[in-house]
Amino acid sequence: MSSLFEEIGGSAAVDATVDVFYRIVLADDRISRFFENTDMDQQAAKQKAFLTFAFGGPNNYSGKDMREGHAHLVADGLNESHFNAVAEDLTQALQEMGVAQNLIDQVITIAASTKNDVLGL
Amino acid sequence: MPEVTFEGNTYVCSEEETVLECLHRHDVSIASSCLNGICQSCIMQSGDGHLPEKAQSGLKDSWRSLGYFLACQCRPTDSLQVARVDSAETKFRATLTRIEPLSSTVIGVWMRPELRFDYRPGQFVNFVREGNLIRSYSIASVPALQDELEFHVALMPEGKMSGWLHDNARAGDSLDLQGPLGSCFYVPGKSEQALLLVGTGTGLAPLYGIVRDALEAGHTGPIHLLHGALEVRGLYLVDVLRQLALEHDNFTYTPCALRTAEEQAIEYGDISELTFNHHPQLKGWRAYLCGHPDTIKPLQKKCFLAGVSMSDILVDVFLPAQ
Repeated sequence: MSSLFEEIGGSAAVDATVDVFYRIVLADDRISRFFENTDMDQQAAKQKAFLTFAFGGPNNYSGKDMREGHAHLVADGLNESHFNAVAEDLTQALQEMGVAQNLIDQVITIAASTKNDVLGL
Repeated sequence: MPEVTFEGNTYVCSEEETVLECLHRHDVSIASSCLNGICQSCIMQSGDGHLPEKAQSGLKDSWRSLGYFLACQCRPTDSLQVARVDSAETKFRATLTRIEPLSSTVIGVWMRPELRFDYRPGQFVNFVREGNLIRSYSIASVPALQDELEFHVALMPEGKMSGWLHDNARAGDSLDLQGPLGSCFYVPGKSEQALLLVGTGTGLAPLYGIVRDALEAGHTGPIHLLHGALEVRGLYLVDVLRQLALEHDNFTYTPCALRTAEEQAIEYGDISELTFNHHPQLKGWRAYLCGHPDTIKPLQKKCFLAGVSMSDILVDVFLPAQ
């Protein structure tokens, strides 16, 4: 049986999704302010690492990095509503890409597992 | 704390410190320029120990395998033995052949490398003088059109390299070059793709190379170059580019100035706004953006939101020397 990562389409799918996902995120008024001063190249590299993880691919996910990386945003008011908005945006991106719903559900489950680290809970 | 051993001395690297910062703190002279992992002038070699991935980001594979790394990007987790890279490996000599004013503040500098030098117009090289003075300049020339390398150099306030080039350098003088570096160049293959090129100041240099490279390669898609300056007198190559636009139906050139003046056929206003007045929608385009980070970074994001794929936005940010 092939893995989730292979079923979605591997690293090529990650590259394609970064574009769609990040465009939706930047245009999402609920969360766009958190990205106002970020460097796009660095942000894209982070999105890629995150999506590789969420797609069940080979990754270096570290809860500690995730926690430290978002601490300044939590201090700036990042909360569960924003986390859920990102998850919705990811779902929308994957739907636009034509990914099957059962695979999307698996991706969102993995993404949701980062919640406590992202929100510093 | 990791230790850095260099030329027989061992230095303790404090937390969050890069190898370059550690060596500089101990008064060890190591050449550096951009401090952002772009210019590669602080390249060093490590014989052992684990190098963080970021320290080797952007280096060619052959250099990575030799243990080359960028000292300004290396926050060591293990102790490292480090050495200078043999300069013959990364530098070559070039002789100035011509220096001419292009505007009141920008000069054109032409030079001939002593060895065969393969590059793509739009890449950049480091000029190296007296060991540690290093500045990056984009290549404006096109190999198919000219043998010499061409650069556009703006005179910077108290600029050490630009001051020397403007005031003292003469044809026949020589200097060392490192490179070519960077990935902001024309790639043949999608000849129908629409190209947007936006530059501020001497950000025109790489774009002037890229436009002519694309036209030379027979690019058929529309090519729109917008060049912005604070004032009209900051624009240069205006007549040359207008002539190029007359010769090529698919090439459009728009000179822009932020401050108003009375000259016709120049657009006035913020170059970012002018760009999106022309092109509110950029899906399927490729964008080349070169110049000051305060203009170029927001433009990069706007191009992306206007529909350009991330991989189709090529950016060359001109960081002021540190």
